[in-house]
Amino acid sequence: MSGRGGESAPDPTAPAIAFERVSKWFGAHAALRGVSLAVAPGERVVVCGPSGSGKSTLIRCVNRLEAHDEGRILVEGIEVDDDPRRVRAIRREVGMVFQSFNLFPHLSVLENCILAPMRVRGMARAEAEELAMSYLARVRIPEQAEKLPHALSGGQQQRVAIARALCMRPRIMLFDEPTSALDPEMIKEVLDVIGELAETGMTMVCVTHEMGFARRLADRMVFMDAGEIVEAGPPERLFRAPEAPRLRDFLAQILRD
Amino acid sequence: MSPSRGPERASRPALARRPRPPERYADARPGEIIAASPGVAALGALGFAATLFVLVWLAWRGSRDLGYAWQWYRVPHEIFRRVGGGWQAGPLVEGLLVTLGVSLRAMVLALLLGLATAAARLAGTPFLRGLARAHIEIIRGTPLLVQLYLFYFILAPLVGLGRFWTGTLALAVFESVFAAEVMRGAIRSVAPGQWEAARALGLGERTIWRRVILPQTVLPMLPPLAGILVSLIKDSAIVSVISVFDLTNQGRNIISDTFMSFEIWFTVAALYLMMTLSLSTLVNGIERRVRRLRA
Repeated sequence: MSGRGGESAPDPTAPAIAFERVSKWFGAHAALRGVSLAVAPGERVVVCGPSGSGKSTLIRCVNRLEAHDEGRILVEGIEVDDDPRRVRAIRREVGMVFQSFNLFPHLSVLENCILAPMRVRGMARAEAEELAMSYLARVRIPEQAEKLPHALSGGQQQRVAIARALCMRPRIMLFDEPTSALDPEMIKEVLDVIGELAETGMTMVCVTHEMGFARRLADRMVFMDAGEIVEAGPPERLFRAPEAPRLRDFLAQILRD
Repeated sequence: MSPSRGPERASRPALARRPRPPERYADARPGEIIAASPGVAALGALGFAATLFVLVWLAWRGSRDLGYAWQWYRVPHEIFRRVGGGWQAGPLVEGLLVTLGVSLRAMVLALLLGLATAAARLAGTPFLRGLARAHIEIIRGTPLLVQLYLFYFILAPLVGLGRFWTGTLALAVFESVFAAEVMRGAIRSVAPGQWEAARALGLGERTIWRRVILPQTVLPMLPPLAGILVSLIKDSAIVSVISVFDLTNQGRNIISDTFMSFEIWFTVAALYLMMTLSLSTLVNGIERRVRRLRA
């Protein structure tokens, strides 16, 4: 209890995620410069910005795929730091979906989904399979359960990746450009699944270039550039009346077509 | 976001969208696709037949010009001989058994040592990594024959090692560094996204290695490892210089008694070929089984 960050049990009343003046460098390049942001439980935040602006780094610091250099990050009151116990506690509560799906290619769809529940939560196989099938049904691909990932389309693979993350029953989901590697005709099926998930009241942070999606889904939109949060607020206001010149330029670029 | 990760990220979507090869080549490796085209296959067969013909013709002409007296009928005696009422192994079979003994032991040792070296290079402390690297460079950069002499004249007397084990050990250490590099390459070829996905799910390091990373390295590792083990069998001939009575040494002894150079060396070569071909066939079988399990 004593000392900062000593806590390793999640506190559901704390902000889901709190960044406090977080900085991160890759060599001499500053990827994050003193970013502060609090995500409330159940809030849906969309992060956008030009490539190289630090969006991905921001959410990758939440589950310690990247280590931040300065400042503090608290996930449900647990400090993200070098302590492996706390990192593991955080990763159990935080699901992540990647741009390039990252399904395990040697395991079937079902095995992809049950690996973590069995190995991390200690669930029995039958129970884990039942859970996995219910989530595969929710992302509408239960009939593909026995196939290997490479036999599926990109959109299907990404939906499996979402189901795999959900099987850990996370309270927070991070999406790192989930549709950027998809062919255009498959983007909608993935966005629909994410949209349905948003209606369940789960805390979500999504990095995306899909502006229409951001507008419909987000409670709050965060615009980043050069490692800083330039502007944040309800998406309607950011689209209608952007204040920062950099955001105006960005929206002009994006909405041109 | 980092400059170093930039290009890799950019290339991912392109990879994901790469068109699949046509259906009948779906499971083929690049080499198999080339071999499957009839023109290339015909050319290969033709080249092989021509080379074989030239070699046989050279041997035949050489032996004729030398006035060589072929005595193939004496060769079976060197393989099995009748002693009293029963059969006994001839010197060639005895040598074959010694070669097999050296090779099989050295294979097991080389794979274990190789795995340890690869692990040290990948996951060890900076000191351990440096040590493993130096070890690999030194062993790879000096001749096996010289290493064998070092083992035989310096190490063996110090620890009281016999000739058989000295040869086995030298062979194992030599091949292990190549095995280590193959294993390291296969492990590193697993996409970084696999580590990230596994970590993000909360899996522990041990589970990640056992369930996610290592299973993905088996298939890419098998063909080059088979090549190394085949090399090991052939390189085992070198233990004959420290008077281990392996197949090569027995062959040389027979020739010094009988002067049947052509017959015995052909026979010895055929026996080595038998061992190496059995090994490649075995590994090919394993590879096919693993592949089928995946499909």
